[in-house]
Amino acid sequence: MLWNLPFITVVVLTFIGIITVLLKKNIIKILLGINILESAVNLFLVSLGYREGGVAPIFTLAPSNLMVLPTPQALTLTSIVIGVATSALVLSFAMVLKKKYGTVDIDKIRRLQG
Amino acid sequence: MTIADFIITNAPALLVAIPLFAAFTIPLVGRISTAARNLWVMGAMLAAAAVAFILAFTVFTSGTVIYVFGASAVNLAVPLDSGGIPIRIIFTVDAMSAFMDIICAISGVSVLLYSLSSESRNSSLEGYYALFLLMITGVFGMVSTGDFFNFFVFLEILSLASAGIIAYRIDGGLAVEAALKYFVLSTLGAIFILFAIGIFYGQYDALNIAMIAQRMQYTMLDKIALVLLVAALAMKCGAVPMHFWTPDAYSMAPSSATAFLVVASQASLYGLFRVLFTMYNVTMNCITIGWIIIILGVLSMVVGVTMAIPQKDVKRLMAYHAISQTGYMLLGVGVGLAVLGNVALTNAFGFTAMEGGIFHIFNHAMYKGLLFLTAGVIFYRIGTRDLNKMGGLGHNMKYTMIFFIIGALAIAGIPPFNGFASKLMIYESVYIFNPILAIIAMVVSILTLASFVKVFHSIFMGPKLPEYADVKEAPLPMLLGMGILAAIVILVGLFPQPVVDGFVAPAAHALANQSGYIFSVLGGA
Amino acid sequence: MSRIVRTAADIIYPFVLIFGLYIVAHGHLTPGGGFQGGAVIATGAALVIVAYSYTEVRAWLSKNVLMGQEVIGLVGFIGVALLAFAFGQVFFFNYLNASGSLFGIPVPYGINAGELNTGGFVPLMNFSVGCEVWGGLTLVILYMLSGLEKEEC
Repeated sequence: MLWNLPFITVVVLTFIGIITVLLKKNIIKILLGINILESAVNLFLVSLGYREGGVAPIFTLAPSNLMVLPTPQALTLTSIVIGVATSALVLSFAMVLKKKYGTVDIDKIRRLQG
Repeated sequence: MTIADFIITNAPALLVAIPLFAAFTIPLVGRISTAARNLWVMGAMLAAAAVAFILAFTVFTSGTVIYVFGASAVNLAVPLDSGGIPIRIIFTVDAMSAFMDIICAISGVSVLLYSLSSESRNSSLEGYYALFLLMITGVFGMVSTGDFFNFFVFLEILSLASAGIIAYRIDGGLAVEAALKYFVLSTLGAIFILFAIGIFYGQYDALNIAMIAQRMQYTMLDKIALVLLVAALAMKCGAVPMHFWTPDAYSMAPSSATAFLVVASQASLYGLFRVLFTMYNVTMNCITIGWIIIILGVLSMVVGVTMAIPQKDVKRLMAYHAISQTGYMLLGVGVGLAVLGNVALTNAFGFTAMEGGIFHIFNHAMYKGLLFLTAGVIFYRIGTRDLNKMGGLGHNMKYTMIFFIIGALAIAGIPPFNGFASKLMIYESVYIFNPILAIIAMVVSILTLASFVKVFHSIFMGPKLPEYADVKEAPLPMLLGMGILAAIVILVGLFPQPVVDGFVAPAAHALANQSGYIFSVLGGA
Repeated sequence: MSRIVRTAADIIYPFVLIFGLYIVAHGHLTPGGGFQGGAVIATGAALVIVAYSYTEVRAWLSKNVLMGQEVIGLVGFIGVALLAFAFGQVFFFNYLNASGSLFGIPVPYGINAGELNTGGFVPLMNFSVGCEVWGGLTLVILYMLSGLEKEEC
């Protein structure tokens, strides 16, 4: 059961992230919910590569020859970079909306209906 | 090696490298002058379109083309010391990918030509063209790749660039609100796709689409991955329970960008079909999943057209019609998926349904792009999109009126235009499958025609209004851009049989042929 | 900020810069590479902006230079990949690997102390991406801070 702890954490973080995106009204909090979801997916990808007794997959001064899988770490790195770009874009949207409407509450900035 | 040989061998790489290189160097070229930047952008798009046509010609004449990045030979998919696993990023261009490449090339050239004059009044155009070329890179990459994680990366490039372009008019707050809605939903969808990639990697130790297809066993985890993928990809193309971003994003984006966002949505539709047909194929329960796709399609058709009728903003109305037409594609291909397990039924009407759906993707990109471009001309000349304020423009803008008539008759499915050909194939095959669905499709078509007659009357007919007395016709680059799309709408409508036999039928057969796809990448292993 | 904070930021900033460049340069041997190193260097810029005020730092940095850094990094990345065509190979083929020229020593097999001169064009791509991320993230920080009101600087 303890070996599944990373995957249980992934499910809990996903749940928290989705609840935040659905229920919060402030754009910055919605962005934080998206970041929590990104962290959940990154944790999922990295923990897929675990091999018992393995060390980090770096050949420079490695203590042993049994290593965890390096491919999910490359996937996670790409996902982190995409997360940075996402955060930067949503924050700049929040800045422009605050300048136009004076608030970042999504109930008050809604003008497009129907 | 001659230049022609070089281009033919390296075409899949050049398809992505040329727009990417052009997008990266726009800030430098833009310093010289505006004309230099326009020439640079147009040159890059024409070069990429030429490479796309050459690649499509190669694929349609000699079969699937694979291109391995960074290997010692172009088609060395499985390195000799890797134990049978394709470890590098592969571009697998089969007939369906080549078909989507052609759509993107034609649409990209027309839209770029149009935007040379429609955006000339705005500032910071370097950002606009850089984002546009990144969108083109994203679409070309998404439809040509054979590696699932590479598909995700290009999908993210596309959605980041699209969000940037939708929010281009930051002087008002509406465009940024639309871009925020689009982008938050897009990011949620992308995170779900990444979960599915993780599930596939954890089970099968493979990221290559052909490898996953070969090792697919449809366990419980694969069912979860299928649900995540269908939900995320159907959201990206605007199918109904997840369509709420579509009217806002399409109406607030600059007009030339909207015409290309249609192609971007269809690239996600291609992704959905690639997942369902090539990765899963008959290992999953085809009838259930097929019916789910059919129900998504029918809901999209009906909700799209009924929400379009009371609209007052012309681009919002056209966006709802885009949702409705996406329903036709989902219906056609869903019927093909539902009978995939049964060879007799597939040969009787399954392939016709798939061909109808895939042909409709092409036709829809052409006529919907044309309609959005005409709406853009009207906005460019009179500055409003509200149907109640327009009227009598037919006296001043004759060419725009003719292009609008061509687009409206094509979307309603009237005979000499291309909408009729694909809709007829969908009606015939879906009627054999289940008559009620075909009747719903025909009623939706009639409502589409009614809606566009109303729009045509309010914009172009009626007496000349005094405030629009001196409105001129559209500038020449915009007319040229619309003219290319209109010419294709008419030509494909007059001669649909060669197009179906030469392009659409090979695409449909390549889509349904999972073992052929695996063979071309892994070489019969 | 007070004199102590400003002096500490002055002293620490070069070390942050060198550390970031070390991460970029050793990307093919130890964890790191282009994006990670570039992000560390941009953090150094954020440190200086926190210690001094935004208006002072804005007067020292030029947005054109940072945008030029971005473009140089991007063109370098795609140019190195396109150069593979000049050698008659496939796109992104590692033509410098085990070739004897710049970064061309063959990689020693197994666990070793790490040889910097290996890796083919991977270190070149690391430098390009590091340069680009440095310029890009610093620009993002500057644009976001430009929305501050006068009394918050």
